[in-house]
Amino acid sequence: MDEPEQNVATTSLPKPAALQHPSGAPDSDTPGPPVFDAKNVSIFYGSFRAVTDVSLSVYQHEITAFIGPSGCGKTTVLRTLNRMNDLVPSARVEGDVRYHGVSLYGPDVSATAVRRRIGMVFQKPNPFPKSIFDNIAYGPRINGERNKGKLNEIVEHSLRQAALWDEVKDRLNDSALGLSGGQAQRLCIARTLAVEPDVVLMDEPCSALDPIATAAIEDLMQEIKSQYTIVIVTHNMQQATRVSDRTAFFSVLRNEKSDTRTGVLVEYDRTETIFQNPSDDRTKAYVTGRMG
Amino acid sequence: MTIATGQRKPDLREPTGRRRSSNGIATALMVLAFVLMIIPLGFVIFTVIAKGASIISWSFLTGSIPPQVAPANVGGIGPAVVGTIEITALATVMAVPIGILGAVYLNEYGGKGPLARVIGFMSDVMTGVPSIVMGLFIFSIWTLHFGFSGLGGALALGCLMLPIVIRSSDEMLKLVPDPLREASYALGATKARVTLTVVLPAAIGGIVSGALLAVARAAGETAPLIYTIGFAAAANPNVFSRVNTALSTQIFANASQPYVGAQSRAWGAALALIAIAFILMIAARTVTARFTRYSR
Repeated sequence: MDEPEQNVATTSLPKPAALQHPSGAPDSDTPGPPVFDAKNVSIFYGSFRAVTDVSLSVYQHEITAFIGPSGCGKTTVLRTLNRMNDLVPSARVEGDVRYHGVSLYGPDVSATAVRRRIGMVFQKPNPFPKSIFDNIAYGPRINGERNKGKLNEIVEHSLRQAALWDEVKDRLNDSALGLSGGQAQRLCIARTLAVEPDVVLMDEPCSALDPIATAAIEDLMQEIKSQYTIVIVTHNMQQATRVSDRTAFFSVLRNEKSDTRTGVLVEYDRTETIFQNPSDDRTKAYVTGRMG
Repeated sequence: MTIATGQRKPDLREPTGRRRSSNGIATALMVLAFVLMIIPLGFVIFTVIAKGASIISWSFLTGSIPPQVAPANVGGIGPAVVGTIEITALATVMAVPIGILGAVYLNEYGGKGPLARVIGFMSDVMTGVPSIVMGLFIFSIWTLHFGFSGLGGALALGCLMLPIVIRSSDEMLKLVPDPLREASYALGATKARVTLTVVLPAAIGGIVSGALLAVARAAGETAPLIYTIGFAAAANPNVFSRVNTALSTQIFANASQPYVGAQSRAWGAALALIAIAFILMIAARTVTARFTRYSR
């Protein structure tokens, strides 16, 4: 997959306002209230600027996709939304990230409280080396739920939502490590849903899966959309077309002087617009496959 | 190399010549090394069993310690068995929790900070300290002020066990993959919760195994106990005061006596000590299997 940076200005960082449509403006849709509002967000690892000047809004009960070539910062931006970048010691966020109007990086904001409301599913399924039941019950248990009956209920409900119940209902006490890749990823989704978050962030959830498992997860996303807000990072453009309501296209700016690459948000719009009628040439080049 | 056109068939036989002979030589050397290793091990076990089995009996394992001159069928090593178990248990209770917590600090909290580096370095140095030096250290700071006691022995053994527990637990904790921690954080767990509910359970098999190995080693130490528990001939169930005895010190005392009875008792005690270590190994395996039930 070639990087599209040959088409990208290499001299100075362009002003983002000139490149993207104001969030939610162009079509006749009326999006719900914004769940996330990011304004001029830049993310640094030490002194290295990984992502520059991202501004977008994610709306409730929509599936928002982040697409773009490798290394353009999509995962970095995603992890900023639930403060997972805090786990990297040198990571630093500048700019304003608001969740339902409250700044996520404010002085007295607890990262654990943030993550309880904003869950995450990772690229490679990572079930705990515990039983299937204990995997799903883990979240509710650390939130204080002790009642056995309630836990049983929660586990069944989450597994049904993740379309995994029928396959595992007879072996809830078996090790979760015995599940296949697709099952394990659905387990991780069920585990995330068990704490009843507000938002589910998904970092390339299907990239390690076969097409059938991928289809199952995409169906799952459509079904739970009405109860959650979903942001998905994907390098599969067809998936973005199939699944998302809005798409943000990120790209890479190469800084010739320091030989570094910085991610930048190129365009953010309704999915149909991005793929059929994009405003920016870089977007057009990427989605039409002239650049991978 | 297409067979269809009737060309030469591929040669799939074992490689001949130099590769085959060097393979053979390497295999032979490995078998030889294994045999050489088994021989002294087998010899030790065989000798101890041969010389000590005849004296082993329930009355031997529980009877009180007779004077050195007594013949083999009088008395036994009961107080020494009790002493070894008590002192080693006390040492374990002191060293293992501190060791595990130390490893948790090194791995999860300390990172590359100065305190973590100092602890890691000191722990590595302590692994190499000779056991007699540890015994003298405890002698000078504890026994000289509080007298001989089982507690002093436990302190010395604990100091020997601590660096082993820290290092082996640290290695086990490092083996827990980061994606597991990330998954736990992403569900809204605090760092302490992540460590207690995901990291430690995932590493517990190896940690327990390492701790039991440390215990088995400490149970057999002689030199540090000589300087800290002194010698006792009578049972002393109070591990916190007055001289005490243990299997290793009893072996030391008896083996240097010319009396036949004392020699037999020394061999019997040696066999008992090996049996205790063996039981601890089996316990380690069982516990590890139990805890790693969900890891397959």
